[in-house]
Amino acid sequence: MPEAPAIPATHAPRPRRSRRALAPWLFLAPGLAMFLIYVIIPIFQSMWVSFYDWDGLSDATWVGMANYVELMDDEAFYVSLKNNVIWLVLYMLAVPAGLMIALFLNQTVRGIRIYKSLFFFPFVISQVVVGLIFSWFYAPDFGLLYKLIEGLTGQSVAILADERLVTYGIIAAGLWPQIAYCMILYLTGLNAVAPDQIEAARLDGAKGWKMLWYVVLPQLRPATFIAIVVTVIGALRSFDLVSIMTSGGPFGSSRVLSYYMYEQALSEYGYRMGYGAAIAVVLFGIMMIFISGFIWKMWRDEKGVR
Amino acid sequence: MFPRPIQTLSPASQRLYKIALPVMLILWLLPLLGVAMTSVRPSSDLASGNYFGIPSRLAFENYLTVFRNTELEKYLLNSFKVTIPTVIGAVALSCLTGFALAIYKFKANLILFFMFVAGNFVPFQILMVPVRDLTVNMGLYNSITGLALFHIAFQTGFCTLFMRNFIKALPFELIEAARVEGVSEWQIFRHVVMPLMRPAIAALSVLIFTFIWNDYFWATVLTTGADTQPITAGLNSLNGQWIAAWHLVSAGSILAALPPVLMFFMMQRHFIAGLTLGAVK
Repeated sequence: MPEAPAIPATHAPRPRRSRRALAPWLFLAPGLAMFLIYVIIPIFQSMWVSFYDWDGLSDATWVGMANYVELMDDEAFYVSLKNNVIWLVLYMLAVPAGLMIALFLNQTVRGIRIYKSLFFFPFVISQVVVGLIFSWFYAPDFGLLYKLIEGLTGQSVAILADERLVTYGIIAAGLWPQIAYCMILYLTGLNAVAPDQIEAARLDGAKGWKMLWYVVLPQLRPATFIAIVVTVIGALRSFDLVSIMTSGGPFGSSRVLSYYMYEQALSEYGYRMGYGAAIAVVLFGIMMIFISGFIWKMWRDEKGVR
Repeated sequence: MFPRPIQTLSPASQRLYKIALPVMLILWLLPLLGVAMTSVRPSSDLASGNYFGIPSRLAFENYLTVFRNTELEKYLLNSFKVTIPTVIGAVALSCLTGFALAIYKFKANLILFFMFVAGNFVPFQILMVPVRDLTVNMGLYNSITGLALFHIAFQTGFCTLFMRNFIKALPFELIEAARVEGVSEWQIFRHVVMPLMRPAIAALSVLIFTFIWNDYFWATVLTTGADTQPITAGLNSLNGQWIAAWHLVSAGSILAALPPVLMFFMMQRHFIAGLTLGAVK
């Protein structure tokens, strides 16, 4: 700001400078207050609750680390944790798969816009609907996939009733919208790829995979970053599909931490708020590793801009 | 352009591409097409084992049955009652917060910005017990207001990220010029910045509409019963009642999916801008 006038404005009730220091806080106040009350403070309250034995109604009793000690010996906790890892690893397939579809659709032929929109469809519909669609797809005796497998191999399998397959079946359902999401991120990214660099590389004889790897992908880095962020978060947040498709079953074999937490804290299995909170804290800890990484990268980019 | 434009390839490859497009699309949407077809299949077809063939006739009455026998219209209405105020609330709050974080230089700026970003990524379960408790204590448990208030607060995180990046990309000279003119900060917000934010507001509104419409977790945590629950939670409980009545489940699913899908098609360009603009600058 250019240093302005020597003559102070006498009629001003307050100097401009201090008014400008106050202004951001006035603009921030309502949104920040809501966010603090509903998001930031509850995180700490949950940590606090995790040290209590509490059914949500009567008085809570302090139990120290007991909830966490119990977790260490809880078979169901390890099953959920293992499933979360499977989710995380397999969900990452959405990133290359989304890129492939984006490359397939990155043409200018008649009606391509409609194709792009229709490919994006699965992301727009609710996961509840996706879960129902896939339950129907897998359904024993008449499900489309069940029939297909039967037709190919002579005998079929009820994926959602099979302890070994159920998690993979649910993840496949989750990948469907997630691939669509990554696809749209890459399609937008491909729009921004510099054509002259592609042409230059093409003159140098680059093509196919080499071109993709050395010329295109480096330019798609922002899209890849967001695709990875939303996929990691999506994988660890998985709840809806598990709840709709199997309710964690059969025999708890498809539980993930988010669902197990809900089951412990707020379902017919009981109202163990403290224990549930402890599970949530573990999940939060895992996610914070990733979130910190993302924030650290964004922070660096911010500093680079200045 | 990458990959190489199809027009530069041989006519045979071009033809192949034009055939591959619809084939891939049908495969990709196969589960959805199956459900759409089941939703107009008469129940007699299902009883006689005709699951995938051509429906013996188009049974649009499945949709009527769904409305007549269930409280689906209540659930749908609840969804609108939660979604619309949330969109307005979260977008309004984040116009303010985004403006503050994009325009002013102050010490806590980046910290606050990243607090909004990080908060937007946390698992819902870490908020569940305290938020439910808070809602109960405010007397808002099992009310549309209680659910919408939480959604507004939570979505403010993402919306702030989005708005702040958008405003930051505007030419700062506009604001400086207005300040030199002696325009107050509020007037700058109201008359200089707000008019330029229309595309961002449109994009964000569409996006938040879909997010909230499709929310299931908070609907089950904060509401119960047909008087307050939105369609996602409603569909789940109806699914429990309609065991093996897949023609009804399908019709219900299609109805639940329709509003965000229509929204997407009407506001396509904004929607896609919304998905990417918030995070890529």
